[in-house]
Amino acid sequence: MKTLKKYRIFLLLLTGLILLTLLAPTTGKNAFRLAGNSIMDMLSLLPPVLVLVGLLDVWVPKEVMMKYMGNGSGFRGIFFSLLLGFVAAGPLYISFPVATLLIKKGAALRYVVFFIGVWTTAKLPVFIYELTSFGYEFTAIHIIFGLTFYYFVGMAFEKIFAEKPIAIEE
Amino acid sequence: MISGIILYSVAIVLTITSFFKDRGRTKKALLKSFNLFKNILPDVLSIMFFVGLSLAILTPELISSLIGESSGSLGILLSTVVGSVAIVPSFVVFPLGSTLVQNGAGLPQVAAFMSSLMAVGFVTLPMESKLFGRKFAYLRNASGAVMSVIFAYIIWGVMI
Repeated sequence: MKTLKKYRIFLLLLTGLILLTLLAPTTGKNAFRLAGNSIMDMLSLLPPVLVLVGLLDVWVPKEVMMKYMGNGSGFRGIFFSLLLGFVAAGPLYISFPVATLLIKKGAALRYVVFFIGVWTTAKLPVFIYELTSFGYEFTAIHIIFGLTFYYFVGMAFEKIFAEKPIAIEE
Repeated sequence: MISGIILYSVAIVLTITSFFKDRGRTKKALLKSFNLFKNILPDVLSIMFFVGLSLAILTPELISSLIGESSGSLGILLSTVVGSVAIVPSFVVFPLGSTLVQNGAGLPQVAAFMSSLMAVGFVTLPMESKLFGRKFAYLRNASGAVMSVIFAYIIWGVMI
């Protein structure tokens, strides 16, 4: 019953897709095929990322993370969030387990939010697509504005969550 | 695909190294990874099905007709909403955007659409809330939507 509840949104979507396939076979089949492709993509990225998150969790001591991304890590914190977000592979949801690990290990919220921001604006593989499809001016505006914006959002988040910090479940 | 191969290689090499250094810890690490996977799998599967649905329903022709070059601020708003609800793989975002522009969609509107596709996710909201708490998830997504709208207006001011 508990498992069923956890999968209820999934089952709802599955039912929707089946209905769609009955009403509009071509669109429905296409949706199933695309969902299948996405699942394959997910399987090529999510399991190794989670293994890396698990390993970092047991091997990297809190002090090390705090030194590089904690409060007062200054420029180092910005650099490492940029680097982590920039080399990122995959959709946004893959950044979430990484971000929870960062919070758990004592990274400053400012850098965690900034890291998610970098992931959504300046991932290397996507950056190359952007440059080739939309040119330098567009890409430069997007990345410079996006990164500045998310840095300030990160600072705001730190203020908002100062009283009641985010608790990460084990 | 290449990222997948690199990630798997790195993960396997590090797991083996970790195993030789400390069996117990490695076991603990892998157990943590597995539990995390088990926890987020239902949400991830829903996201995958929603990707399929998004891509099948939102054909470039349909989107272009909604956010044409003369659609203005309403078009920016509309494309931010559509971009927030839909999810597509990240490497599809920019090629899709350029198809939209070729089909007659306005550049600022497409900018808002692409940016919100990547930064805002109604479908990832349950997963994000579960991991970070509801307040964080809603605020982060809201800031992504605001960013997309401002970005569209900058593009409008500078490039049009």
